[in-house]
Amino acid sequence: MSKTSARNFFIVVCITPAILLFTIFMVIPTIDVFRMSLYQWGGFSNEKQFVGFENFKFLWNDMKFIQAFQNSIFLIVIVAIVTLLFAIFFAAVLTNKTINGRGFFRIIFYIPNILSIVVIAGVFSAIYDPSSGLLNSILGVFNLEMWQQKWLGNQQIVIYSVAFALVWQAIGYYMVMYMSSMASVPASFYEAASLEGASSFKQFTDITLPLIWNNIRTTLTFYIISTINLSFLLVKAMTGGGPDGSTEVFLSYMYEQAYGNSTYGYGMAIGVVVFLFSFILSAIISHITKRDVLEY
Amino acid sequence: MEKSTGLKTETLYKLFVYVSLITLAASIIIPVAWILMASVKENSEFYGSPWASPEGLHLQNFAEAFVEAKMGEYLLNSIIVTSLAIIILLIVALPASYVLSRFTFFGSRFLNSFVKAGLFINVSYIIVPIFLMLLDWDSVLKMILGEGFFLNNRLVLGLIYASTALPFTIFLLSSYFETLPSDFEEAASIDGAGYFRTMFSVMLPMAKPSIIIVILFNFLLFWNEYILALTLMPETNKTLSVGLLNLMAAERAAVNYGPMYAGMVIVMLPTLILYIIVQKRLTQGMTVGGLKG
Repeated sequence: MSKTSARNFFIVVCITPAILLFTIFMVIPTIDVFRMSLYQWGGFSNEKQFVGFENFKFLWNDMKFIQAFQNSIFLIVIVAIVTLLFAIFFAAVLTNKTINGRGFFRIIFYIPNILSIVVIAGVFSAIYDPSSGLLNSILGVFNLEMWQQKWLGNQQIVIYSVAFALVWQAIGYYMVMYMSSMASVPASFYEAASLEGASSFKQFTDITLPLIWNNIRTTLTFYIISTINLSFLLVKAMTGGGPDGSTEVFLSYMYEQAYGNSTYGYGMAIGVVVFLFSFILSAIISHITKRDVLEY
Repeated sequence: MEKSTGLKTETLYKLFVYVSLITLAASIIIPVAWILMASVKENSEFYGSPWASPEGLHLQNFAEAFVEAKMGEYLLNSIIVTSLAIIILLIVALPASYVLSRFTFFGSRFLNSFVKAGLFINVSYIIVPIFLMLLDWDSVLKMILGEGFFLNNRLVLGLIYASTALPFTIFLLSSYFETLPSDFEEAASIDGAGYFRTMFSVMLPMAKPSIIIVILFNFLLFWNEYILALTLMPETNKTLSVGLLNLMAAERAAVNYGPMYAGMVIVMLPTLILYIIVQKRLTQGMTVGGLKG
């Protein structure tokens, strides 16, 4: 075998399995999502019928979808803002060398991120349980019985309960991310600033934040993508979208329609809308948060 | 005078920081510890204060979870699926990442961006198409062989896990291979080693740190995954997470909490132990290029 043909043989052998698997189990299903959204398929008949954008028109008037849409946007906004604030605060605190037990806190804060979302759903079901749950019993200890709630049963409150669980599991992950970019800011900057008499808060807003801005921007996209995904996984395991659709989110509604209800075409139309929505939202956010990258 | 107020705000700030650190830490430690405790409580104890420590080690819960709720069988399934997925992933992704990052050939740039585009595909969107595809293949097989193969199959689930992890794994491994100098390959080539030899005995051993990170991440991902397993294993061969989901639904209806908490411990203990052993590697590795599902 000549040198070139040996090389080509090697290249083909190495990449073919990966490209094949990737194409069969990721690319084709993705194309299928878009293709199937144009068909009326499933439900009562197993006939595939091309209906163009009919599914999307129907979505427009589907009140349950609108509700899922509202819930998802609410979760994305709340979870992103609250997690961002907490994660940056704790990252700033734990990169400060004068705090004791930094290693310990970092290890603990990351734990929720390694737990299965099913376990997290179980943990929070236990916390929110109205009669034997931790939260209501803590409120009882402090004589705050009037705040005791059916955390997963009250339609007004349940979405906050879901948001809290999502924030709880996300803080550690983003904190570690911000910590690593904060650690790369040269210490001499802070020394110079404190010689000039800048307070630590001022140092944070004028040095740390601008220098890690690009990292924060990247994570904004992560918040959108992962909240859409994790809210589905959590809601599916914890509330099943209930009570009465008050925690239904984008993908849980899609799954319910496509898998539970077997209306594949309609479900996939939801998937397409959600995908486009997350893509456009990420693009907009990324555009309006654009700043000149500071070199250091 | 001025100094003392400065000192005072400093102490107040410190106090505030420690209180918030401890609050967040407590909000994580207490529920986890509470689950561990609840898993050895007797059913009657759940009607008392949730803060009471268990009266004794009621290990019956675990026996019940393992045998009656079949968590033992599901544990085995999870171990099989996770290991199969990791083995397939490494066999497929390592050579591909090596070639994609270090060889230029016709179409190499296209293939690189093709695989990288996969980073934007979220598995949650494509569960149903994957399910329908397997269902289709199965119905063809049923006509020919009389029985299906693709659904309820641990090997197939492992294969799909591996496939969905490919873009991220190739991205991570490629970015490592790119940093290696080409001297190694040249030296190996002068010594007369062929391409395969060079890859297996020179390049792959050097990638060991990255390979360990890949294994860690994907272990957590595959072990904790439930939505694909739930959809693609509707009848038999359920994995641990799906088993726990069923257990949670069943026990809540029957008000039999003990085995449910035991099930939660069975699911979370392996990841917790692994995390405690390797936590430094994991949190450092994450910054190499972490994207979460």
